[in-house]
Amino acid sequence: MKKERSYIDSVHHAGRIWNLSVMVILLLFPVAVSLIFNAGIDWRGFAFGMLATAPMYWAVGIIETFTYVPMLGAGGSYLAFVTGNITNLKAPAALNALEQVNADIKTEEGEIVSTIAIAVSSIVTTLIIVLGVLLITPLTPVLNSPALAPAFDQILPALFGGLGVVYIARNWKIAIAPVLLMLVLFTSIPALGGLVSIMVPVGVLFSLAVSRILYRKGLL
Amino acid sequence: MQFDVNHPVLYLLAGIVVLVVLAQSVAFLLRAWKRGKEIGMPMDKLRRIVISTAVFTLAPATAIVISVISLSKKLGIPLPWMRLSVVGAITYETPAAANALSAMGLEWAEITSLSATQYVTVAAVMTMGIMVGIWLVPVVGKKLIGGMISLEKRDRKWGEIFSASLFLGMISAFLGYVFSDFSSVFHGDTSGLIPPLVMLVSAAMMGVCALALKKLNWRWMNDYALPISLIVGMASAIPITAWLS
Repeated sequence: MKKERSYIDSVHHAGRIWNLSVMVILLLFPVAVSLIFNAGIDWRGFAFGMLATAPMYWAVGIIETFTYVPMLGAGGSYLAFVTGNITNLKAPAALNALEQVNADIKTEEGEIVSTIAIAVSSIVTTLIIVLGVLLITPLTPVLNSPALAPAFDQILPALFGGLGVVYIARNWKIAIAPVLLMLVLFTSIPALGGLVSIMVPVGVLFSLAVSRILYRKGLL
Repeated sequence: MQFDVNHPVLYLLAGIVVLVVLAQSVAFLLRAWKRGKEIGMPMDKLRRIVISTAVFTLAPATAIVISVISLSKKLGIPLPWMRLSVVGAITYETPAAANALSAMGLEWAEITSLSATQYVTVAAVMTMGIMVGIWLVPVVGKKLIGGMISLEKRDRKWGEIFSASLFLGMISAFLGYVFSDFSSVFHGDTSGLIPPLVMLVSAAMMGVCALALKKLNWRWMNDYALPISLIVGMASAIPITAWLS
């Protein structure tokens, strides 16, 4: 008799199929363009382009996987790593939804909440981009106007100001050490501003280590 | 066939990729929704998550449209449309494309048109340079999630602290990032104050929303506090930038 999969197992099963299928489809895009327009790839350009790009972004990809999967749960992670914009959109969307209904990501309810938030965020983003592409001619002067540029330049401070104050107020004992460390590091080494993806796991590991010590000492 | 970065065939190919990814999001949404109903989660709760997330997404998604417009000047519309609907982010796509062009002896800033070969090479580098997460999550995701759940079972309190520490580790990195230009203030450049001030406005707005929720009993505020603080923070950037730049 066929054993029925649990919800979480069915998410992993579907996620593996979807993600690997999307990977193949993405790889087929340059292949299809090459075949349709009868144009080969510039192998030298590809090799050196990859050499300049891959080491940094593959490392970031590996680090992000181990950092964000425990935060986003199974369904949310499969989706977020396909649809992208994790730090500036999908992770905050999931965190906000979990906070809104007071759910824990390690429970089935939390898993469902995170998946719904990331799926909705992905669908809305996709539709807005489609709308933007369809209306690109009238929208370009509006969205590129110098008057609006500062607002879109400051989206991350505006996002993490609102999100940060909620989490810090609720868990201030856990927050003190990582927040202080990051403030010292970023203000004393301004070049880290371009390496925030690398600094996220540093913050996470430091936060976990300090929390463990505080917990063992009975301070949390 | 004559190649053009905005050729209708490229729209068709990009559209197929975007449709598949949209289908994955819809499939996961339906699966989670169905399971939520099965375990007795109130429909109202699920609906509230959908609406508040959709509202929250509007501003960041508009910023992504700006990235599509920015990249389309060099690469045409279909490739940036596809890349930023799937996996990508502007912080990755521009350097990846610039690296590929540079490897072919071209300068990103000086590009006015691309041949089919150059386009295929750029698309291949952009695609393969950021593929890790898509295949690594299926490989390690189940073990990582399983580890989290067993941690919770062994020690519930530490499990809760563990989750909070993960979130705060990420948030602290971004709070630090907001101060990365702060030291410029000591050299007479006050523009380094713009991100911290915008963050403060957003945090203060979140505080106002929390007060409205508590004192005025505006329950709906719980669902819209983050979008409101995000929009107010972004809007404040306009006068703050004009003042400090």
